[in-house]
Amino acid sequence: MNIVRLYVSFILMHLKSMMQHKVSFFMTLIGQFLISFNIFLGVYFMMTRFHEVNGFSYSEVLLCFSITLMAFTLAETIFRSLDTFESIIGNGEFDRILLRPKNSLFLVLCSKIDLTRFGRLLQAVVMLVYGILSSSINWTPLRCLLVALMILGGVCVFGAIYLIFACLCFFTLEGLEFMNVFTDGAREYGKYPIGIYGKTVLFICTYLVPFALFQYYPLLYLTGKSDNAWYSLLPLFSALFLIPAFLLWKFGLEHYQSTGS
Amino acid sequence: MRKYWSFFRIRFIRGLQYRAAALSGMVTQFVWGAMEILLFRAFYEASPESFPMTFEALSTYVWLQQAFLALYMVWFWESELFNSITTGDVAYELCRPVRLYDMWFVRGLAVRLSKAVLRCMPILIFSWFLPAPYGLTLPGDMKIWAMTLLSMTLGLLLIVAFGMIVYMSVFYTVSPQGIKLFVTSMAEFLSGSVIPIPFMPDHVKRIVEFLPFASAQNVPFRIFSGDITGPDVYSSMAKQVFWLFVFILIGRILEKRALRQIVIQGG
Repeated sequence: MNIVRLYVSFILMHLKSMMQHKVSFFMTLIGQFLISFNIFLGVYFMMTRFHEVNGFSYSEVLLCFSITLMAFTLAETIFRSLDTFESIIGNGEFDRILLRPKNSLFLVLCSKIDLTRFGRLLQAVVMLVYGILSSSINWTPLRCLLVALMILGGVCVFGAIYLIFACLCFFTLEGLEFMNVFTDGAREYGKYPIGIYGKTVLFICTYLVPFALFQYYPLLYLTGKSDNAWYSLLPLFSALFLIPAFLLWKFGLEHYQSTGS
Repeated sequence: MRKYWSFFRIRFIRGLQYRAAALSGMVTQFVWGAMEILLFRAFYEASPESFPMTFEALSTYVWLQQAFLALYMVWFWESELFNSITTGDVAYELCRPVRLYDMWFVRGLAVRLSKAVLRCMPILIFSWFLPAPYGLTLPGDMKIWAMTLLSMTLGLLLIVAFGMIVYMSVFYTVSPQGIKLFVTSMAEFLSGSVIPIPFMPDHVKRIVEFLPFASAQNVPFRIFSGDITGPDVYSSMAKQVFWLFVFILIGRILEKRALRQIVIQGG
């Protein structure tokens, strides 16, 4: 409970500091919205031309896009500090955090909470609502719960990736750009159900990095393309991806030798 | 002229130093290209008759786009230049016996070229080896190669000239953040980097093709992939030249006016 209260006060602190530059804050908010609006326009134009892709209709693709976007945006808001972890290590900020009497990972997460990403979240919400209303899915409470689970699972998967990304910084002391493939790439191409990219990509996204577990398989069940009810439990399994990531963090932390300056 | 040439060389050589970054950028670009082509393949299988260009042309377009990303990406801004205007450091630049516009223009060219030189060849060669509809298809006619090269140069100059307009506009607004984000996302879409312009609905396409951003990567890549042929090649390139002149003119006027009334804050 204590930790939750601390986290909330950190959020309020970040909000207050951002409100010091209101114009810049709202400009960035709008900018974030516009950038992802581009991707939406791309999807919209493609879907008006082709009407369906791999049996998925426009509203089903929107549903998929919004869930991925929402999961990614929430994860980016919460785990933003891990994305720029090399700078926290580089400037000695992490050594200061280690001296504090709380879990170091928790404090790292608190050090940066990027609320400007909410511009994108707004778009995800609009698309989700539109997707839910216009799709021909018969909405039961269970199905609504499944959507929530998918988003949650997505946040966990993206969070785990950010965590692994940060762990690598313990050893390399600098960021690795190609890791963007898993974060930005997944956001960019997760706009369509992963299955459409073919078997190889689906295999990688099932067994290596579990994107498909929170996105593709549950979507198949949600849209009635598959009767396998087990698919609706897969988002929970995708959250298990956090465990190896967390172990890696522990391992990295033990082997961390400050940058020295 | 010589001072600009050496300025170009300094920036170009400096850009070549970042080899590790180039390597990881290349990996990223390769994955991006592959995913993009897999995505379009799914659409192609859904309804081949709705596909506005041949699949070979699309693959070629995608690979060229990935290989030469550094030349045509609009979202690449040098924060150093923005900062120098907002902090007033631009005063030092103004003390030099060179024209600000020309110097920054050359700088923009050099930075983009050095990035592209490091990255383009491996991607081009690799994609050339890919099986038929998914790889890079080379045109047989030498004339097309020459036209592509000329058109690519025009496109690059256009993008740099556009960047100059945005840099110069900061003299008037001081806060670059808003313009930068807005302009970037608009230009990215209108230049055909989100989806190639032929895939847009017809009425949107007509408007977009008239706008300046369609004269950047869209023209050379489609000439090379054989999607723009015959007299259209000349009219597209004429449009490129036109917009290039317009952008340079606007940029230079903005620069002249800004420098006439510039106030450097602080001391």
